[in-house]
Order: sequence, then structure tokens, then C-alpha cells
Amino acid sequence: MTTRLFGEPVQRREDPRLLTGQGRYLDDLGADALAVAFVRSPHAHARVRDIDVTAALDVEGLVAVYTWEDLPERVGRPLPLLIPHPALTHGRTAYPLAREIVRHVGEPVVMVVAADRYLAEDACALIEVDYEPLKPVVGLEEAAHGARLVHEDVPGNVGAHLVQEVTSVAGLSAPEAVEAAPHRLSFRLDIERSASMPLEGRGVLARWDGSDLRVYSSTQTSTSVRMAIAAALGLPLPHVEVIAPDVGGGFGVKIVHPWPEEILVPWAAMLLGREIKWTEDRREHFVSSAHERGQVQHVTVGFDDEGRVLGLDVSILHDHGAYTPYGIIVPIITSTQLLGPYRIGAYRVEFSAIYTNTVQVTPYRGAGRPQGVFCMERTMDKIARYLGKDRTEVRAVNFIGPDEFPYDQKMTFQDGRPLIYDSGDYPEMLRMLKELIGWDDFRRAPGRGIGIGCYVEGTGVGPYEGGHVQVTSDGRVHVSTGLTSQGQGHETVFAQIAATELGVPIERVSVVTGDTRRFGYAVGTFASRAAVMSGNAIALACRKVREKALRIAADALEADPADLEIADGLVRVLGAPSASIPLSTVAVLANPLRYAFDDEAARATQFAAAASPDRPPVAEGDEPGLEGRDYYSPIRSTFASGMHAAIVETDPDTAEIRVVRYAVVHDCGRLINPMIVEGQIHGGVAQGIGGALYERMVYDGHGQLLNASFMDFLMPYATEIPHVETAHLETPSPLNPLGIKGAGEAGVIPVSAVIASAIEDAEGIEIDRMPISPSELFELRQ
Amino acid sequence: MEHEITLVVNGGVRRVRVPGRRLLSDCLRHDLGLTGTHVGCEHGVCGCCTVLLDGLPVRSCLTFAVTVDGHEITTVEGLAGPDGLSPVQRAFAECHGLQCGFCTPGFLCTVTALLRDNPAPTDDEVREGISGNLCRCTGYQNITKAVHRAAELLAEET
Repeated sequence: MTTRLFGEPVQRREDPRLLTGQGRYLDDLGADALAVAFVRSPHAHARVRDIDVTAALDVEGLVAVYTWEDLPERVGRPLPLLIPHPALTHGRTAYPLAREIVRHVGEPVVMVVAADRYLAEDACALIEVDYEPLKPVVGLEEAAHGARLVHEDVPGNVGAHLVQEVTSVAGLSAPEAVEAAPHRLSFRLDIERSASMPLEGRGVLARWDGSDLRVYSSTQTSTSVRMAIAAALGLPLPHVEVIAPDVGGGFGVKIVHPWPEEILVPWAAMLLGREIKWTEDRREHFVSSAHERGQVQHVTVGFDDEGRVLGLDVSILHDHGAYTPYGIIVPIITSTQLLGPYRIGAYRVEFSAIYTNTVQVTPYRGAGRPQGVFCMERTMDKIARYLGKDRTEVRAVNFIGPDEFPYDQKMTFQDGRPLIYDSGDYPEMLRMLKELIGWDDFRRAPGRGIGIGCYVEGTGVGPYEGGHVQVTSDGRVHVSTGLTSQGQGHETVFAQIAATELGVPIERVSVVTGDTRRFGYAVGTFASRAAVMSGNAIALACRKVREKALRIAADALEADPADLEIADGLVRVLGAPSASIPLSTVAVLANPLRYAFDDEAARATQFAAAASPDRPPVAEGDEPGLEGRDYYSPIRSTFASGMHAAIVETDPDTAEIRVVRYAVVHDCGRLINPMIVEGQIHGGVAQGIGGALYERMVYDGHGQLLNASFMDFLMPYATEIPHVETAHLETPSPLNPLGIKGAGEAGVIPVSAVIASAIEDAEGIEIDRMPISPSELFELRQ
Repeated sequence: MEHEITLVVNGGVRRVRVPGRRLLSDCLRHDLGLTGTHVGCEHGVCGCCTVLLDGLPVRSCLTFAVTVDGHEITTVEGLAGPDGLSPVQRAFAECHGLQCGFCTPGFLCTVTALLRDNPAPTDDEVREGISGNLCRCTGYQNITKAVHRAAELLAEET
């Protein structure tokens, strides 16, 4: 009778295979496939004068070598600009293989296919590319000066420039409101680059059978990869299938598509008539995938004696790397989500997306929010410091009240829709956080400080997701949805939703994600949207199935559908539990058959069923089978929120920074599986601590990434991450049937702000750049 | 030049011809089809490729297959017993010690050896013991919890 599973910490259904080595990640597939390796540019900016492949031709096992010249017109075009925007006046994307100019170290120049990866790399080593080095553009401010250009036809290296403004109630612009305010502060903030850095890199496997193409990709969106491949290769969509197998982490980088390899590998598989695979290695991931976070922000704020923000004027330089395939989503999110849980008098924000000769910038978990939250929370701390007030008090006077929802921030969000918060309770959340961390009792001491950070996260962006639910005659429930999974436990949470909605034991439910053979319409897994979008779509599809099951069962039981319930896989008459019919039988009855291929089928043939001879076996408007499909398409995003606090200790001699306690209060609406939500928060916080204290991409003046390995790019181990204490507030979203908001990115968002706040408190030194290393803190002390 | 080597993998004798430069990780994954051992960096930092070599955890991406000729190797595929998942595997499931699962085989091998040598580790010993393995998903909290839980399960069994 335990079919009410929504909200329970159900153990994950993915785990048995992943714990026994039976997972199927990209490189675990295609045992007999040919291997691909790439010659990648060693220069940040250069003209390709000549490519000499002669020496490589003698490598045993070599199958093919391709340069841009070898690509057909359609394949050799620049990669698509996925998310156009009117402000992105100078969007630029790369060619799948470099054509004439390379614009960052790591850009693919030559593709080699060989019997295995060792041999393919042997051949790569023998290919000579003659480069004419050009002066690289490195460093955000240098690039913004525009003395040298990344793209000859992009003046000032400015890909996009966008201004959004909200005037005060009195009609003042932000600069006017700042000017009129009793107090003013101006300052500059810096955030450096980090990257998603999933432990499994990208990878593509393609198989062509003469008419159909099957592609496996370690992607966050198989449906859109499929459409992109069909478009680039000129194939009819029904002849292309894309499957995301088990994916070893994504964190944003795998939402970008099509990657050059996602076009080139299938193209070569068709050309050669062989199964072909490319598996990204770690250095390739560092220099040829994507990074994020790098921004310089100039802030001017005006406020009153209580700390109320009357005007806020923010100007952002956003480092976009060499290309803009994913549009300007990241700086748009920074600009809009900067507002957090606050009611700001007048707000003006402008950003310039600047090209540099570095790896392209696309969303990494948080997607611009960590930078925006860093900006706003540093601002709040500075106001508190200026006024001599407690930092939580200043935040509290600026909070949007719990009775003010829906709250319109009067901005345009990343989905092009109004930035209207659906629900939340920020004062209560702050109260919970202060209690959890012991804010009021904290005893400050030299080298010991406490910090806080608050955020609001637009989650569950559209346009839509769908779900398909089929009950088969063995009583099993097969759920599929198009978006993909990278460790979020979708097989478990979607099964919880289906089991709850349909009243079946979860053991009978199976879930497939990211396989276009099963579900062709989807957007993808990003923006903390999977639970909101597919969760609701699956619930709606289940409700259709349930309605049909009750109708068929009512006929069979000669009852009114309103008097029926489904529990434990049985449709029962309420109050008369002996009058029941298994869902498996309902599935049999739902599909009138001519042929009796097994015992169940025999019960549904035309001669066995007790159907009326006066009606067609399948009624008009009805369909055979007990299945349902539905879509969820929200009017706008949901808005999750959270507040974090940390206690840090700094070493008086070495300036080492230790996070002693870390507390999180989190509101993602109704929880489907608290165990999984907490896991998402823990992992997000760990990535945030990495970004606050350890991780950065170090480019030299030549555009060389100096730390492109795990030896030098320092991701935290267990020894660096504190125990994370969590508490949940649940303000259901009024926008969707399940009242959920999404949790995937939450943990990472405010961490840099929180750690900066705590270090500042411990040291009495303003912290305006993140990440911060012990040596940087040491220098700040001097 | 190719070499014929003999490995005892998960209790079974396997003969395989490999070039001298073949990494043990590639030999296990591509020559023997044991794809449970994962490769996350190929420079010995992430620990995804950790296997047990004569019972000791090693980086299979930093080991040439020819150098372990005649030795015993346990991979994640060999951790479960005839009765199902090992206590370490069960504890990881129970404590939600994995998300994407890519680093998990390395952690399982590391923790199996850790608890064999130190059946009741302190929290610091657990963190130190797993500090050679990177995880990008979990933040380690539930992995740490899982190690303690595995220690309990192992103690119950003996």
C-alpha cells in the first residue's frame, strides 16, 4: 500500500548498475569502433598556412585524415549560434575544423581516424601544421580596449552589449536614485574563470548502416543534438537517432551542441561506413570544451540610513572567450538574477560580452548567477559595514515580503519572459539560517569570521518537456522523457512521481531518459529544470493513463469511475476492496486483439472480450493501449531560493583558509526526494568552494592555459570540503501541478559570496576578488 | 612490439597480447571488456581508474599492463560476492554516495582496501583515506557517510 512515494528518500534505482561496473558510459560502448584523435592548435591566435599530413600516412592502422578543405559545404559551415539575441550583434562561432584562423589553444585543426586511439595519436604527432602566429588578445580589460581583435570584423571585441533599466517608484533612473540617496558607495569586483569539469569528458560514437544513423553522445540534450546532426548532414530526421547513455557528469558544458565532434564523427562514420568513436581526454577538455565565470563588475549603489538600496548601477565586462555558440545567456542571467531576494529602488545594469583568444564561455552550473550573487551580496556587506549594521539586518530591510508574490522585478529573464518571482518566504528563510548557524551567538575573533549569502534562482525554464507513460499487459509501467540524465537520479524521482500518480509499486516502474528512439521532443537538462519540466509532464501523462484505466476498469467492474481508486497496482471499488481488477488486466482490455500470442493476449481477442457488437472495438477518439503522453509548458520560470552561511578560520601565519562550518537553507518548493535534493546541494556547495578557494583558469599573455591538468587546476578533494548542514523551507510553486521548483544548481550559487563575506569578517579586509588563495590573502594583509 | 601477459582478474586467469605502451586501464577496458574501470584524467590525479593490484589500490592509468604480468587485479566488477553487492557497495547505495557514478568504481576499490586495513576509521581517517579520489557530484559528504556505514556493515558480518 506504499505507493505514495512523492517526498520520500527513496534509494536510487540507477545505483545497482553503477556500483557494479555495469554502467554504460560513452567510452564503454563501441568496442570495435575506429578511434578519432584531433590535431589541435598550440597557438591562441594564428593563421593556418599549410597542413602537411605526409608523414602520418605511413602510420599503421591509419584510416583517414581530414582537414577543413575535405569537408562538404554543409558540414564545413560555422557551427550554429544556438541562442540568438537582438543584443548579440556580433555573434561568432567556430568552424568544425579550423578554416584559415585559429582563435584559441585547443581549436581542432585536423581530424585523424585510426584503428585505435594510440595509433590515431601517433598519426597526429606526425602531422605538420604551418602556423603564422598572430598577436593574441588575452585578459578581459585588454580585450575591451580593442587595440587588437579576436575577430577582424568585430570592432572593440564586443560581441554583445545589453542594458536593462528599472526606474524607481518615483520614476528616478538608477543613476538619479544613487545621486539622490543619503549614502553612496562605488567599487569594483572581479571573478575568475572556472569550468564544469565533469569527470567524464565529452565523447561521440556513430554508426551508419547505409540508411540510418545512430549516434551516442555524452550530452545534456540528445533531441537537439539529433536535429543539429540531421541538419548538418542533410539527413531526414527519422533516419537519425541520438542516445545519451550513462553520462559522467555535465554541469552545463554538455548542454552546448553540436560540438564539432558531434558533426565530424557521424559524418566520417557515414563516409567510411564504419563505426567511429571519439573520447575526449582531460587536456582536450581543458582547452577545447568551455569555461565560465570570468567577469569584471563596476558597481555604484545608493542607500538610506537603514541600508535600503535606493539605486543600483552595475556595469559588467563578461569574458566570452573566442566564440558565442550559446549566445549571451550567462551575462543575461548575471544581470537579472543579481537582484536576488531584494526589492531594489532603481536598477540599471549593462554588460558587454567581450571576445578573447581563450576557450569559449558557456554555462557552468549556476550559469552567471554566482557572479550576480557575488555582486549583490558584496554590496549588501559593504552597506552594512558602512552603516555599522549587522549584515543580516541590511538584507532583511531589503527583502521582498512573503505577501508580495507574485513579485515582478520588471526585467526580462533569460527565457525572454518577465522576471516575476512565483513564491518564497525570505524573512523566514533568514530566520532559519541564523538559527542553523547560530548567527546571533557567533563570537568573532581575529582569524575567525562568519559570512552569509542569499540568492534567488530562476529554475525550470521552458519552452517545454514531455512524458510518455505506458502500462503493458504484464503490469509494468514504462516511463520515458526526452531530457537526459547526468547523475541527478531521474530514473528514481520520475519513477516516484509515476508510482504515486498511478498507484503502482515503484518496482514496476522503469524510466528511460535521453533516448530519441523513445521520446523525440525535448529541450534538455540544464537550468535546474528537469524535475519541474519532465516531472510535471510525466505526472500529467500519468493522469491521462489513470483516467483511461479508471474508465476501462469501470466498464469491467460495472462501477462508476468516480468510485474507483488505484492502489498497489489494483483498480478497486472504494469501500469494496474485493471488487478489483489488476492494472495489468486493464492494459489487456485496453488493446483489443486479433491474435492470441500469450495467455494475457488471449483474454483480449475479439472473441474473448465482452465488448458490445454494436460499437467499434476501439471507440471513436480513443486509442488502443493503456498509455498516455503529455507535455508541460510553463508560462514562465519558477524561482527557487536559498541562503547560506559559513564560518571560516584563517591562519595568522600562512593565511590558509579553512571552512569550519557551512549551513544551507534551501527552498525548491515541494521535495520529490529529499535525499537526492540534499545530494545536489552538497555537490553544488563543493563546486562553489572549489570556485571560491581553489579553481581558476590561468592563462598567460600568450593565451596558453598554464594549468590544463588536474595536477594544476585544483578541484577539491574530501579533505577540502566541510560537512554541509541543510534545512529545507517548502513554498510550493503555484505555477505547476506538482508545486516543485528545481534544485540542480542551487548549492553552487552563493558560495563565493559567502566565503568572501566570512573571510572579510575574519580579517577585516575587504574581499573583492574571487577565488582567493592563501598567498593572495597573505598579500592583502600586507 | 607486443607482449603476451597473464593477469588474474577478479579471480579468473586472462591471457592477453598487448603493446608495451598499453595502459592497464586500457587493457582492462578495451582488451578484456571490463569497462567498469573508468578513466578521468589519464595522469593519475582523479582516481577514477583505481583498481586493486594484489589487494593494493593503484592507478591503472599510470600502470603499463606489461608491468603487472602474473599479478592479481580486482576491478569494480569483482567486488560483489556470490550473495550480491559487497558491504561497501551496499553502503554507497544506502547513503546516496554516488550521483553520476563515473568516479564510483575508483572510490569502491579505494574504500574496500581502506576498510580492510582499518576496519573502524575515524572521520579524519576516512577523509584522508579517500583524499586521492576526486568526485565532482557529491561533495563527498555522503561518500564519507557511506564509508562509515560500510564499516558498520562489515563489522556486522564478522
